Amino acid sequence: MDLGFFVTVFDSSLRLSIPLLAACLAGLWSERSGVVDIGLEGKMLVAAFAAAAAAHAFGSAWIGLIAGIGASVAFALIHGFASISQRGNQIVSGVAINMLAAGLTAIVGNAWYAQGGRTPPLEGAARFGDVFLGHSAPVIFALLAVPVTWFVLGKTRFGLRLRAVGENPAAVDTAGISVTGLRYVAVMICGALCGLGGAYLSVGQSAGFLPNMTAGKGFIALAALIFAKWRAWPALGTCFLFGVLDAAAIRLQGISLPGIGEVPVQAIQALPYLLTVILLAGVIGKAIPPRAAGVPYVKER
Amino acid sequence: MSAPIDLPKWADTVLVPAVSVVAAFFVAGMVVVGIGENPLTATRLLLEGSVGTGEGLGFTLFYTTNFIFTGLAVAVAYHAGLFNIGAEGQATLGGLGAALVLLNLSFLPGFLLIPVGILGAAAFGALWGAIPGYLQAKRGSHIVITTIMFNWLASVLIVYLLVNVLREPTNMNPETKAFPAQSQIPFMHEVFAAFGVEIAPSQLNLTFVLALAAAYAIWLLIYRSRLGYAIRTVGFNPTAAVYAGISPARITVIAMVLSGALAGGLAVNELMGYQHRLLLEFTSGYGFVGIAVALMGRAHPLGIILASLLFGILYQGGAELAFEQPAITRDMVVVIGGIIILFAGALEGLFRRLVARALMPAMRQARA
Repeated sequence: MDLGFFVTVFDSSLRLSIPLLAACLAGLWSERSGVVDIGLEGKMLVAAFAAAAAAHAFGSAWIGLIAGIGASVAFALIHGFASISQRGNQIVSGVAINMLAAGLTAIVGNAWYAQGGRTPPLEGAARFGDVFLGHSAPVIFALLAVPVTWFVLGKTRFGLRLRAVGENPAAVDTAGISVTGLRYVAVMICGALCGLGGAYLSVGQSAGFLPNMTAGKGFIALAALIFAKWRAWPALGTCFLFGVLDAAAIRLQGISLPGIGEVPVQAIQALPYLLTVILLAGVIGKAIPPRAAGVPYVKER
Repeated sequence: MSAPIDLPKWADTVLVPAVSVVAAFFVAGMVVVGIGENPLTATRLLLEGSVGTGEGLGFTLFYTTNFIFTGLAVAVAYHAGLFNIGAEGQATLGGLGAALVLLNLSFLPGFLLIPVGILGAAAFGALWGAIPGYLQAKRGSHIVITTIMFNWLASVLIVYLLVNVLREPTNMNPETKAFPAQSQIPFMHEVFAAFGVEIAPSQLNLTFVLALAAAYAIWLLIYRSRLGYAIRTVGFNPTAAVYAGISPARITVIAMVLSGALAGGLAVNELMGYQHRLLLEFTSGYGFVGIAVALMGRAHPLGIILASLLFGILYQGGAELAFEQPAITRDMVVVIGGIIILFAGALEGLFRRLVARALMPAMRQARA
């Protein structure tokens, strides 16, 4: 076990944690404004598909990224319309978004490319190349989103208002600031970040779209969000930790550890879910969501 | 706009869901047009494949059975004000329960083994529902998040058990050996043949009758029993329930136990009725479509049976359609399910308002 080994493990952990980080910060923006979003998974999936399709059509990873963000924001706006304007149930809307994304990407992918839902393999400029120490541009963007989120939410007037909307929307409304407007902005930022995560999956990490390629990452991001107690820096730490677990699960396959024996991959895979359940049960610390999260705002009541 | 919209009962229970379903199919039709196929041809092929032949109808009712169970599972929790998106995981555990019972008690005769297997499925499903229920009731964990995590835990657990523990060493596939022959629930065509009536063979088995019985039992429970009244009271207003001497915590756990047990019915139909072994991913999304079924059926057992039939038709017809028009795969059902959840669930208020506006002149006349 030399330095090179640790660098390799660090790099692969970082790579695996990027989609989680993007989706986790996305959820952070949405939920801090009071809109619960269990549709992170679905938005990443449409983004991954749109990014791969556009990157294939135009031969440019950057156009792919823009298309991915566009598709994800469109889905975020459906969720926003249902949960902000129509005051619908945010959980129900999130479930709908996930199902729509899973079904539509499979059908459209199959109809366009007739390769069982896959997009054609991407190569050259249609993929993100390495720009910094072997990492591609979306990795840098996702990492930069952490301090930006921390600063904007914590240190600016806009951020204060947005957090207030998630805790006590009536007070914000009384101050003459639009609750609806702030929540729509938050939901769109959420869409953009999911788009970044999804585009990275298909155009950065892999070379093309595979059906259901998010494989639960949106839900692990949700778990990470709870773990990080809806804060930006802890989100980075948690997502990286879950990335390490993911990388370890791949590396420990069939390897016997001294004293423990062979660790089943599934035990490591189960950890993020298990830890979240334990945390939510209040056994180790307490995770308290924004007070108005999930509650539609009704003026004049 | 925030004033509650008063609609006649028939409009509320029939017209609003019907309008949102029609709108959902319209949007689905647009998707079909979008991928360059003819939605009318697609609909004709879909109906021919699902109800046009005896065999097709059998398969349709087989899928309907799955949807009735998951729809009822979501609905029972919904009546208690709980959103159970864990039917998928609960059904997975139900399959494990059935398999453990059937493979370990294979010395029992069929008339004992089948009921015990069904109870095994129900018990394991109930357990996987009860834990999130308990955590919500006693520890304040949000049931939506916990059931999502339990879905993933179930899928990880079943992979581990099938790959490392339950698999026959000689079998490459992650699946158990076949269930004992006497534990297999009879196919409907076998039952009919025993009475000298010949019907087209299909996967349809006696579990269909069990599903209908479960729907009737749930109707009795929810609308005609003291417990059902308590469940609906907690769902409607937990604070009022406390004043009425009902413990919301107790009702939460009971509702989730029932919900999980019903989800186990999916495993009974799929595994004891058709596959005759435990294998990976037999739940294949029925748990999520169950949410659409429950919302569309207004959480009422009769509505759920009708909604299940509709999804059964889509599922079977979709498979036939995929042969004729390869561009339209079965994923279309997931899309339609998603749109129905969006329209009949999240956008319900919008559709109620539209219906109210359309009915306004008639309602005014009736009042005058």
